[in-house]
Amino acid sequence: MTTPEPYVGPTAAPVVQHHILSVLVENKAGVLARIAGLFARRGFNIYSLAVAPAEGHARFSRITIVVDADSAPLEQIVGQLNKLVNVVAITDLAPKFAIERELLLATIRTEVDEQTNLMEIIAAANAAIVDVDAHAVTVMLAATPEACDALERTLEGFAEVELHRTGRVALPRLGKVTS
Amino acid sequence: MKLTGAQALIKSLEESGVDTIFGLPGGAILPVYDPLLDSSIRHILVRHEQGAGHMAEGYAMATGRPGVALVTSGPGATNIVTPIANAHMDSTPLVVITGQVPTSAIGTDAFQECDITGITMGITKHNFLVQSASELPRAIAAAFHIATTGRPGPVLVDVPKDVSQSMMDWWWPSSISELDLPGYQPTVDINQADIDAAVALIEAAERPVLYVGGGTLKSRASQQLIAFAERSNIPVVTTLMARGAFPDSHPQHLGMPGMHGFYTAVMAMQRSDLLISLGARFDDRVTGKVDGFAPEAKIIHVDIDRAEFNKVRRVDVSIQANVKDALIALDASTSPVKNLDAWWKTLRSWQADYPLTYDPPTSDGPLRPQLVIESIARASAPGTIVTSGVGQHQMWAAQHWQYEEPGTWINSGGAGTMGFGVPAAIGAKVGRPDRTVWTIDGDGCFQMTAQELVTARAERIPIKVAILNNAYLGMVRQWQEMFYDERYSEVYLSPDLPDYVKWAEAMGCVGLRATNPQEMKDVIEEANSINDVPVVIDFRTDSSEKVFPMVPSGATNDEIMVHPSQRGKRS
Repeated sequence: MTTPEPYVGPTAAPVVQHHILSVLVENKAGVLARIAGLFARRGFNIYSLAVAPAEGHARFSRITIVVDADSAPLEQIVGQLNKLVNVVAITDLAPKFAIERELLLATIRTEVDEQTNLMEIIAAANAAIVDVDAHAVTVMLAATPEACDALERTLEGFAEVELHRTGRVALPRLGKVTS
Repeated sequence: MKLTGAQALIKSLEESGVDTIFGLPGGAILPVYDPLLDSSIRHILVRHEQGAGHMAEGYAMATGRPGVALVTSGPGATNIVTPIANAHMDSTPLVVITGQVPTSAIGTDAFQECDITGITMGITKHNFLVQSASELPRAIAAAFHIATTGRPGPVLVDVPKDVSQSMMDWWWPSSISELDLPGYQPTVDINQADIDAAVALIEAAERPVLYVGGGTLKSRASQQLIAFAERSNIPVVTTLMARGAFPDSHPQHLGMPGMHGFYTAVMAMQRSDLLISLGARFDDRVTGKVDGFAPEAKIIHVDIDRAEFNKVRRVDVSIQANVKDALIALDASTSPVKNLDAWWKTLRSWQADYPLTYDPPTSDGPLRPQLVIESIARASAPGTIVTSGVGQHQMWAAQHWQYEEPGTWINSGGAGTMGFGVPAAIGAKVGRPDRTVWTIDGDGCFQMTAQELVTARAERIPIKVAILNNAYLGMVRQWQEMFYDERYSEVYLSPDLPDYVKWAEAMGCVGLRATNPQEMKDVIEEANSINDVPVVIDFRTDSSEKVFPMVPSGATNDEIMVHPSQRGKRS
């Protein structure tokens, strides 16, 4: 008699070890190129990147970088980033200690017979319809990256989809320590 | 006071304490060369911008003060990219000022335009594109501050032509806070817990080694190193970038580690149970194959740059500090002299069995390159500064010259830039005119930058150049002999083409030649007696001579190959 394999559930997609770096930089020409160049020449992988002016400052911008921590030790990435003179501060947010959100926009062209199905998907995902015409609808979802992933996968069933995502932004979870 | 941007730039350099600039003018930097005529700063007109960069490096490495280069836009700027990359690898403080096309022309592919801040982003510690004349003083002051503090390095300031031509109200930043560098904090406070953890490891170690790197010279920590080493009785190795940080004549010095290191230095690290790394970075030329490097050693890593910790080798204790401060703190905390007799007994037996050696010289030539270096060293005053290019001659110069004090050995370590020797020697001699400066060069290297001897003659900078002329790109030849079945591919250069004596004379230098030991003695004596013009000596050396010991590329340090005459001994 053979021992049955323990049940492990459905095969999960391989999980990439992400880390979120919230990087406060001086708002100067070429800063993004300095950061992108550093990642490229040191072989660090960027999973997503979002840049915007920092809260209340014209002088600073905040760059939220989701890094693939398997491509290099996080300590190396942070250490090298810190050496850039225009980098003012780096906050390292481990995913479980962070609130992460991302924006997804998607335009779906549909035949009439698919529209009910689409409306159900939009409602189930808590997405909002932000534009519409006779043949297409544009939806928006501001949610966790996982929820955006789920909606993206669901929309793959439609023939014509144009989909953009912003890359995530993040803040520390309240009441918890960041690593 | 109203000044042009160009005047403000020169005044800013004066305020920063600059006494010498190495440079070459051109269109976009023309306005800056006008007020230079009225300045007390000495300008040394080079023959190629690469020469300016390496001279500035030689100046910086000999004096500890930042080297300054001034060049024009486009090809002027790209010609100095190699020295910038070299300075970045070796953490040498440089301020490089480049002209740029007018701001209105930037991005239009204008004549002699190139994106030099973009090109040098990855090989400078920082760079600036100055947008207005009023920003110039801050940019220059910030450039010197960044280049010389923390882990030193090159900083480039790109100055568009209209910025140097426009008017500004003179001001000078009176404090570091006015430099407006919110992201740059080079000073660190030593964490006493790290020191305590390091002391515990030191006190428990039975086979410790002080692994001394270039950061020890950068932080001027030689005296503290000697004091700590003598009190702790721990053996010392000095890397290629740290030769001179600890006297070669000191009985605790085991020599240089690495691919062509001394057997005892290499094996001491390999068998050590505690490496105390002082401003070194576990370069692949020191570690060999990392997986097999010092397998039993715990690591204490002292560095001002925390990105060095755990980059190559996982450390047990990291101390973020400059080496001098760390040594002072360690010396204050470590209990005195530990009994390391068993370790020293092992080390002394290795030294007895595997000293540095080479085949005995013959009386009728060709010359042994190692003998040439030892003979020059013997005939030269204490404190003589040695520079080199890159290759076999560099390794022999690092091995066979006795370095007794900081700043006496100047070479291109991390980047391995051929042609570094001659211009670096010129820069060193400008910075230390009181010292004799010899370049130990190869015939391949010499041909890359020899034109700067015209600069040396014109500016009355009497350096001495020893070309170890083996008619080959010698190090590549050595690898082809040892690892490519003696299939020599594109390494032969000819001993007679060019004629180095005539070439030297054409550049206004004294040219000499030696083909056997007697001539060698004579020309060295003659060279040391000439103090008004540069001297170039063509030493005809043995092409088949190889650098030993050698750790083959990709091998662990355990696979070190000693000189053929020493093989078969016990190890």
